[in-house]
Amino acid sequence: MEKDGMNKPEREHVYLYWLLQLPAMGAVMAGRLLNRFGSFAAVYNMEGTRLCREGLLKPSQAAAFEKHKERLAAAARQYEALSRRGIRFVSILDPEYPSRLRHLYDPPAALYVRGELPEEDRPTAAVIGARSCSSYGYQTARMLGRELAAAGVQILSGMALGIDGAGHQGALDAGCRTYAVLGSGVDICYPRENRHLYSRIPKQGGLLSEFAPGQPPKPGNFPMRNRIISGLSDAIVVVEARAKSGSLITVELGLEQGKEIFAVPGRMGDPLSEGCHQLIRQGAALLSSPADVLDYFQINGGEKLRLHEKNENGLAKKEKMVYSCLDLQPKFFDQIVEESGLSLEECMTLLMELELKGRIRQPAAHYYEKKM
Amino acid sequence: MFSKVYGVGLRGIDGCLVQAETDIQDGLPSFVMVGALAPEVREAQDRVRTSLKNAGFRWRPGKVTINLSPAGLRKTGTGFDLPIAAGILLAEGLPAPDWLEEAVWIGELGLSGEVKPVRGILSMVLEARRQRKAFCILPEENVREGLVIPGIRILGIRHVRHLAELLRCGREELLLQGQEGGCQEEAQLEAYAVDYEEVQGQYLMKRAAEVAAAGGHNLLYIGAAGTGKTMTAERIPTILPSCTLQERLEISRIYSICGLLPPDRPLMHARPFRSPHHGATVQALTGGGRSPVPGEMSLASGGVLFLDEFPEFSRHVIDALRQPLESRKVVLSRVSGRYEFPADFLFVAAMNPCPCGYYPDRRRCSCSESQIRSYLGRLPRPILDRIDICVSSSPVAFDELRGKGKTEPSAAIRRRVEQARERQRIRFAGTPLRLNSQIYGEYLERFCRLDAEEERFFRRVYEEREMSARAYARVLRVARTIADLDGEEQILHRHLCEAIGYRRQEEWNWKKTE
Repeated sequence: MEKDGMNKPEREHVYLYWLLQLPAMGAVMAGRLLNRFGSFAAVYNMEGTRLCREGLLKPSQAAAFEKHKERLAAAARQYEALSRRGIRFVSILDPEYPSRLRHLYDPPAALYVRGELPEEDRPTAAVIGARSCSSYGYQTARMLGRELAAAGVQILSGMALGIDGAGHQGALDAGCRTYAVLGSGVDICYPRENRHLYSRIPKQGGLLSEFAPGQPPKPGNFPMRNRIISGLSDAIVVVEARAKSGSLITVELGLEQGKEIFAVPGRMGDPLSEGCHQLIRQGAALLSSPADVLDYFQINGGEKLRLHEKNENGLAKKEKMVYSCLDLQPKFFDQIVEESGLSLEECMTLLMELELKGRIRQPAAHYYEKKM
Repeated sequence: MFSKVYGVGLRGIDGCLVQAETDIQDGLPSFVMVGALAPEVREAQDRVRTSLKNAGFRWRPGKVTINLSPAGLRKTGTGFDLPIAAGILLAEGLPAPDWLEEAVWIGELGLSGEVKPVRGILSMVLEARRQRKAFCILPEENVREGLVIPGIRILGIRHVRHLAELLRCGREELLLQGQEGGCQEEAQLEAYAVDYEEVQGQYLMKRAAEVAAAGGHNLLYIGAAGTGKTMTAERIPTILPSCTLQERLEISRIYSICGLLPPDRPLMHARPFRSPHHGATVQALTGGGRSPVPGEMSLASGGVLFLDEFPEFSRHVIDALRQPLESRKVVLSRVSGRYEFPADFLFVAAMNPCPCGYYPDRRRCSCSESQIRSYLGRLPRPILDRIDICVSSSPVAFDELRGKGKTEPSAAIRRRVEQARERQRIRFAGTPLRLNSQIYGEYLERFCRLDAEEERFFRRVYEEREMSARAYARVLRVARTIADLDGEEQILHRHLCEAIGYRRQEEWNWKKTE
């Protein structure tokens, strides 16, 4: 191994890659081993029993550690295959390792990256929230992603269904880069529904994971993934969260790491916004417009978004009659007929027109709402 | 001695003439029945023997042989008791009347000798007339039903003891006793117990029902429980065109065979509405049995077949719908041959939008996107492709429950539907088509032509919404019907808009097309 053409950092990578394959080898333990021995090559050369004596490994793990040494060559082959698959291996020893993560209590020893890492000196915001969100929540997250990204903020999230995906989508809409931290290996698209994001983000930003390629999305991975999301961001924006939501874990971690928290308020009594209201009650910043986040980053966001006035321009009189019946919450067709006082056929035609003009949308068949 | 009388059996929904040949010879007493008999026909010997005895007839002990011919045809039902009884009396020595060859006997016997009603009288009498018989002797309770068919004299019989005197009558006497049938049925205008007048609000669902009825389009309602899907669907027969006499006869025949005719009415007066439970088996829908009897699809023929909780039906049942939706009939193959039942119904299905039923109300629905998609995906595409119209339903507002005043009655909607159907009849003269829902291929080009401006508009929507070729045809067919309802020869912008509005939910992939 020592005699091949690899330079020292490369060799360190191989040893780290090998070490991380040891079952039960977590970020904290890997960090401790590195601190004690100075390099991962040195760790490899230690005997399991000695690590055990020093309290770095449990007695039961010592034998496994020795046995695992036989797999170094296989690990080296796998490591080399990574670059062929377009996956970068960035270890904590590398200069490009995100400095925001170095400050964590348990920084991941290495990240697998497809695409790029987030830029170091750019303001970064995580857009997170419920997977089964309302279509209002989806639109809000997408709009925030778009507006913030366009103003120069990096958008970071977990590529989950619902709010997370909407945040990414918004940034992509604006033609900006966005970064997704996954709870599985970067070669696995989870959830499958987000394949369009999964295939686009590596070209326009990056997919990041601390889990080795091929690792399935185990439930236990997601809280660990969340610490990276909060760690990499400067501000965390929660769009919709129920009272007991995984997003609140991310916020909790973010607070420990000293990040700014923004919460989008919902309607009174709406269970989907219960978590956000809880955060506001506890002192999170209330987010009523993308400018609130931009102000925090001291970016001049320009005009505040004025949704309703902006959109009514350029509509015919009857179109306005229908448009003004609509809301940001989905409304059923019958109710629109009732409120507008127009005939069913007329309503159908006008709604179709408005939809083609991009002013309104149907979150589900025959439910209509204003578009942000 | 030997005798021969005529009875009628059923084969599928058609009657078929059967000869009951009876022979009594000296020898050890026995009673043998032959001729491919179902158990209930074989049991006839005990009923006949006992009822004749109880009615006071005696015969010499001897060897009785009864053959129901054609011997190869499987006979089912209890209608052969009466011809067998008559045959025994004749074989025992009663002189055969001159009209015996011209008469057909139908009836079941009770042990006391009473004659009981049987199923399928309409088909049997039709067959008797087809075979140019002059008389049909029926159980008294079936006489009203038999009288529906013109061109044959119907005689009722209440008890076996009248059998002997009937057989002693001459032809003239019989002519006087019998009644000539024919449909002088009272005109039933308001034939339905329900009416759209009672449905407040629900504009979209009612309008969709109207369009579906006008063009014969199959319909899918998607909405939470208690949003009026069943209520709207069960009123669709009230807006279908009024039945012609021929249609009423066709509907009644099937009901008669299934024993579902209302006792006070020999002819069905209304178009059927059938709503089988989602636990129904394939056979319950298509019809089945060794000698097949019609199922729900045939019972709904001429009216509406409504499948509530559509995805909950077994996959086999859903698949069994495919062929009848296409060919408008059910074909069952048995060793004994091929049976065809009509299945010309308007298909209406209803389902929840997601497993919990509340989507898109996210305050109450916490189903995941993939759950919702897989719920909708449970329906096979070939079935969905045969559904032209799909609308959502929504919880009913308080005002609608309070009933702020009467809404349009079914009769008014029915008039529009009938006008639209009339336009279709004229348009499709000389083609195999009957309704707009049947327009396909070349006919689409011929009957659903768009003007340049509409063409442009439709092209734009087609491309933006990434429609499929099937969706394209569906929109045009439905637009054709809407234009017919509107009294327009040309499909206009507003017709297209409405038709596009009835597309299916999963064709509406909003996250990507936005």
